[in-house]
This record gives sequence, structure tokens and C-alpha cells, in this order.
Amino acid sequence: MRTVFKTSYDADINLFRHGTQAAWYMALLVLAVVLPFLLSTFAIGEATNMLIWAIAGMGLMILVGQTGQASLGHAAFLAVGCYANVLLQERLGLPFLLSFPLAGVIAGLAGVLIAIPTTKLHGIYLAIATLAVSILADDVIVLAEPLTGGVMGLYAPTINIFGLEIDRYVNPDRFYWLTLVVTVLVILAYRNVLRSPLGRSFAAVRDSEVSAKAMGVNVARTKATAFGISTAITGLAGALMGHFAGIFNNETFNIIISIQLLLMIVIGGLGSIHGAFFGAVVVALLPQAIAISRDTVGGLLGTGSIAIPGLEQAIFGAILIVFILFEPMGIYGRWVKIRTYFELFPFYRRDMFRRQKSYLKTERMR
Amino acid sequence: MSLLEVDNVTLRFGGVIAVNQVSFAVEEGEVFALVGPNGAGKSTLFNLISRFYDPAEGDIRFDGDSLLSRQPHEIAATGIARTFQNIELFEQATVLQNLLVGRHRHRKSNFVNELLFTPFVRSEERRHRAAVEKVIDFLDLQPYREKYIAGLPYGVRKVVEMGRALAIEPRLLLLDEPASGLSVEETQDVAFWIEDIKKQMGITVLMVEHDMHLVSSVSDRVLALADGKTLSLGTAEEVQNDPKVIEAYIGVSDEHERAVA
Repeated sequence: MRTVFKTSYDADINLFRHGTQAAWYMALLVLAVVLPFLLSTFAIGEATNMLIWAIAGMGLMILVGQTGQASLGHAAFLAVGCYANVLLQERLGLPFLLSFPLAGVIAGLAGVLIAIPTTKLHGIYLAIATLAVSILADDVIVLAEPLTGGVMGLYAPTINIFGLEIDRYVNPDRFYWLTLVVTVLVILAYRNVLRSPLGRSFAAVRDSEVSAKAMGVNVARTKATAFGISTAITGLAGALMGHFAGIFNNETFNIIISIQLLLMIVIGGLGSIHGAFFGAVVVALLPQAIAISRDTVGGLLGTGSIAIPGLEQAIFGAILIVFILFEPMGIYGRWVKIRTYFELFPFYRRDMFRRQKSYLKTERMR
Repeated sequence: MSLLEVDNVTLRFGGVIAVNQVSFAVEEGEVFALVGPNGAGKSTLFNLISRFYDPAEGDIRFDGDSLLSRQPHEIAATGIARTFQNIELFEQATVLQNLLVGRHRHRKSNFVNELLFTPFVRSEERRHRAAVEKVIDFLDLQPYREKYIAGLPYGVRKVVEMGRALAIEPRLLLLDEPASGLSVEETQDVAFWIEDIKKQMGITVLMVEHDMHLVSSVSDRVLALADGKTLSLGTAEEVQNDPKVIEAYIGVSDEHERAVA
């Protein structure tokens, strides 16, 4: 077990707890950077897809994991980001370097706009309201055909950054690196939120609105800020998703995507950046894993590959149920337990991470 | 001018009158206690001062300004901090983070420079941390700094909640039953802390408390309430010996009843 000797307050403010931790993350970053040299073209695409899902997951995590506001409508903001990015490039002729951040800003503003009426709701009611947003977005895309192309959809143009062309099919490694840069920037922003007063006010709103108010936290504004930052990040992920898919329409961002996003961060582990990544690994790689295992099993039985409709959703649902029953803290929670087991070996106790019962809470005032 | 003036305040929940034309004034630098049987309206008065409830009549003034024009989240900025009867801490956060939320009133950065974590935000963080460390030293919370609230025993949570209120650096501290559920020793600690809060920090304290021993050892003045009405105001001893207060707590003696009849 490591004992960290702190000599200044900066030790608690810095991004990394100690040098070794920083070194591990640097090693991970280096691995991520050189990954395209190690993988096949197909695998690079899968890795890119995973990173995009992780960005979207971090967006939703800020809202659900940090601020405690459920949202079943985040596919709508993926769509806002995606359409805004492409339309700004195609219709206004803006370069990607401008249209991409602007897409994030537009998605963020849309989030704030939705937050103003809906954040007065709590729990399941908020989830239903955001679910409605997701359904509405689908219809709006179809109705706004002159702009969005309706069910015919839109094509994402080739990205051009100062003459450097980035196309997912022509040069997948460049698109991977672009996604990686965005991922790292989003992680940095996320960490900065967590270690500043804003992140603490998110936690305050999540755990007790009434005492957040008594501490001088403007609950309505904090929720709107959380929605804005969350949907802005989700919008960035949506913009990347558009370029990744190449062509997209209203079906690309349907309600299933919203639900999948929420399930993803629950499986990954609520309330941590790691959780968004673990969840993204499951969501992005599960379809491929199923396809590969189906071929293998089919080969062994000599029946060839059989397509079973709905298999992916069923397995995804089963994984979710298993996690909620046996590991509510998600994959990240399990990872922390395993790590602690080895750090404290042989002093780990079985009930070390058992949830303590919380004492009576004032339910009269929300 | 008194620091806090509660002026003829009435609050109704439907047909129930929770607080009935209550008036009192808390002077700067004193420890003022509210006592009374359950349902007397003590915590309701706290919630009125915190602006969680709107009074039907009357006015509440802090330092001469009416609080009624303010939102609940603006109360901390005026210099009023409070604790809750049933402990309202941020459970999934550490003690340190809880205390730092108390510093929210002193936040000068905004979400843009916090997203970028500029050097200004860092220097502010150091300043907040230094202020919180003073509170940690005062309340001897050093062993719990990095611990999550969800795993802490009840007694420690009570102290953390008091610490979080002190981190606000208030002029007036509202303590809602600071000793409820605490052991005799822990109650003694609370008594010492309240003395120090008053004398060293110069913070005025308004508290609700059932433990009459604690009340009489720390408070300068006591107001007794029953059924939302003021019964008696004076020193702890005067209030405890007031026949109306005794009647509210343990009823009237048979002889008295007979005499009235």
C-alpha cells in the first residue's frame, strides 16, 4: 500500500495524486497514440467508435453521475451536435475547426434551454420529460426536411484542417487521432470541473438539494450549468459520430441510443470518468464480440453463421441485470475492489465496500 | 439594532398554525436558544429564517435588512449559516469536499475559468482550503479529512455539519439540535465549541436544543415556545422556572386544576 506524504495543498488540487499515477496515465496515453501502428484498419475503426462512445458517456456522466439528474434524452443532443456540425460546414462553409466547437456550444445551449423547465422535476419525472425530448428530436428531424434531409439523411463531408484531409475511410488513423485529441480535452475539462467549486456544487445538488441551498448554491442554475456542460460534450460526440458514420438520418439518433447511453454509464460505474470508458468498451465492442462468437459457435456446430434477431439487445439487457444485481457500482466499482484487494493484501475484508445505511433524511423539503 | 429580528411572524400549513405571531430579537455576540416541546415550531422558525418557507405575516430582518425579498440560496451570502436536525450532508463526498461546499459563498471564479482551471482558480482553491483547514483544526476533524460521509458514525457527521456551517464564515450560526443523539462526552464537546464560536470567532449563535443542561450552560437568553406561540423569554433559569413553561412540558398539577375549576 502506498502512503502519499502531502506537503502542500497542491497535492490535493493537482490532476494526479502522485508521480507513479501520472506515469501510468502517461503510459496509457502513449499506448493510445501509437495504437494505429499496432492495429488493423478495422480495429482502428472500432477503437475510434469506442472513444466516441466514451466522450458521449462522459457527457452523460457529468449529468447523471455527478449531478444526479437522470436523462433519457441524450440521443437528441448527439443529433443536435451532429446536424449542427455538418450544416455549419455545408451551408455556411465554416471550417471543421470552427464548426466542431460551435456544434458543442449549440448542443450546450439547447441543453440549457431544455433544463430551464425540466430541472424542476425530480427522479423518474425528469427521466420521462427527457425521454419526451428524445422522441421529439426524432420527429423534428423528419419534419425539418429542407434543413436535415429528413429520412433521407445527410452526408458528412471530409474534414479539412488547414489542408489536412481527414476521412474515416480514406485515412482512419487520422480520424482516430482527431477523436483521441477531443477525448483527452474532454477528460481534462471533466477533471477540472471535478476539482473546482462547480464540481462540488454538482455533488451538493446530487446529494441534498436543501442543504445545497443553505450553503448558497443556486440549485436551478447549477442544474442548468450541468445540463449545458453535459449536452455540449454529448454534442461534440454527436459531431464525431456523424463523421464516423458518414451518412446519418433521424434513425441514427433514436431513443434506443439514449437508453443505451444511460445503461452504458451504469454498467461502467456511475460517478467516475473510468466508468464512461469501461461502459464504452462494452457498448462499442459487444456487437463485434457477439458476431465473432456467433461465427465460432456456428463453425463448431457445423451450422454456419446464424443471425438471431435481437440477440445484441438481449445480451446487453442481461449484462445490465447482472450488474445491477451483483455489482451496482459497475465495472469501475469492481476494478476498485480488485485493486484494493491487492494493495492491502492480505488485509482486505469482504464488507469493506459495503454501502453504509444512511441516516434519516429530511424529506419534507426538497 | 439587533442582528436578527423576527417580527410578528405567522406561518400556516392549511388550517394548522405552525408559528403564531412570534417575535424575538437576537443581539450580536450572544447565544440564543429556542426550547419547547415537539411541534412547538422551533425548526419551522429556522426554515423561515432560511427562507424555505414564506411567512403568512410578519417580517424577518437580518442586520436591518428584510430577508423576505431573498431566495433561499441567497441567505448564506448575507452571513447566515445553518445545520439541520436530521443531518443533511453530501453523503457521496468526502469530509473535505463537504466543508469546501461551505466555501461556495466565497466563490469568485466562474464556470469558464474553472473548466480551464486557470492559475486564478488554483490560487482560490488554496485559499478555500486554508480556510477549511482552520475549521478542521478547530473541530479536530483531521482523522476524517479524506473519509466519505457515507461511512462515518453519527457523532462525527454532526460535527462535520457544524464545520460545514462554520466554513461559510457566518455572522449568525443557526444550530438545529446540535446535541441530539450525542453521548454525554460529545455533548460536552459541543458546549465547549459553542462557547469558542461565540468568544473566539465572534459568531452569534441561535440554537434549537432539547438538552436543558446544554442550554443552560451555554446560552445567554432562552425563548420557550409551545404550539407556535411564545411562552417565555429570559435566562435559562428564569425560563425553566416559568409556570407557563412547566405547564407546557408536564401539564398542570391537580391542585391548580381544582383551583381553576
